[in-house]
Amino acid sequence: MLHTVNKSPFEKSSLDTCLRLAKPGSDILLIEDGVYAAAVGTAVEQKIREAVSDHTFYALGPDLKARGIEEARLIDGVKVVGYGEFVDLAAGNERVQAWL
Amino acid sequence: MQDGVKKFMYVNRRAPYGTVYALEGLEVILIGAAFDQYVSVAFIDDGVFQLKTGQDTGDSDMKNFSPTYRALGDYDVTKLYVEEESLQERGLTRDDLLDLTYEDEDDDYKEKSSIHIVSRAEMAELLEQQDVILNF
Repeated sequence: MLHTVNKSPFEKSSLDTCLRLAKPGSDILLIEDGVYAAAVGTAVEQKIREAVSDHTFYALGPDLKARGIEEARLIDGVKVVGYGEFVDLAAGNERVQAWL
Repeated sequence: MQDGVKKFMYVNRRAPYGTVYALEGLEVILIGAAFDQYVSVAFIDDGVFQLKTGQDTGDSDMKNFSPTYRALGDYDVTKLYVEEESLQERGLTRDDLLDLTYEDEDDDYKEKSSIHIVSRAEMAELLEQQDVILNF
């Protein structure tokens, strides 16, 4: 299953709920304000670090770029993808769960 | 303070692109600047992301309004307060913020920084001093 998170982890609990309910092996794609969770040095960095061994983490490149989050600041293990790969992930998984 | 002049503070607590609050807030600040009030702007929580350097919406088909913050100084909006704790929680420092300045026409006509990093306690105090607070 592909999980998407589009809310800031500092404002909403969407990321927490996603991490709590996503089964090991599932893909997690951070989009829109969700990409703020992908940066190092934040209050939520540890949550992602603890989850990267169980999930493949992706962050949408154009959303990172819009927000000024340089790729050098991303937590190790978070892969940057474009819109095309977003479509591939959605099509390649049985279901998409959008944590709004 | 002059008669009829009130202390207005605009409080920004939202990240720039996920919702329209930040852009709307910025537009209200610019419009409000025409009314010659005592204006300051607070950036708290995700609002600090509005001032992040390097925003580039070229790949995402949205309007990059971050350069517009540079115009605030020309509209005499020269007191931008950024809460330090909000920056820290988001892995940011002052160096990650836009270099926003104004020309000090009341003093020596030098370019001065509009950005003031303040503690949570100082922010609480600033809020108490206002006549009008508008939230975005």
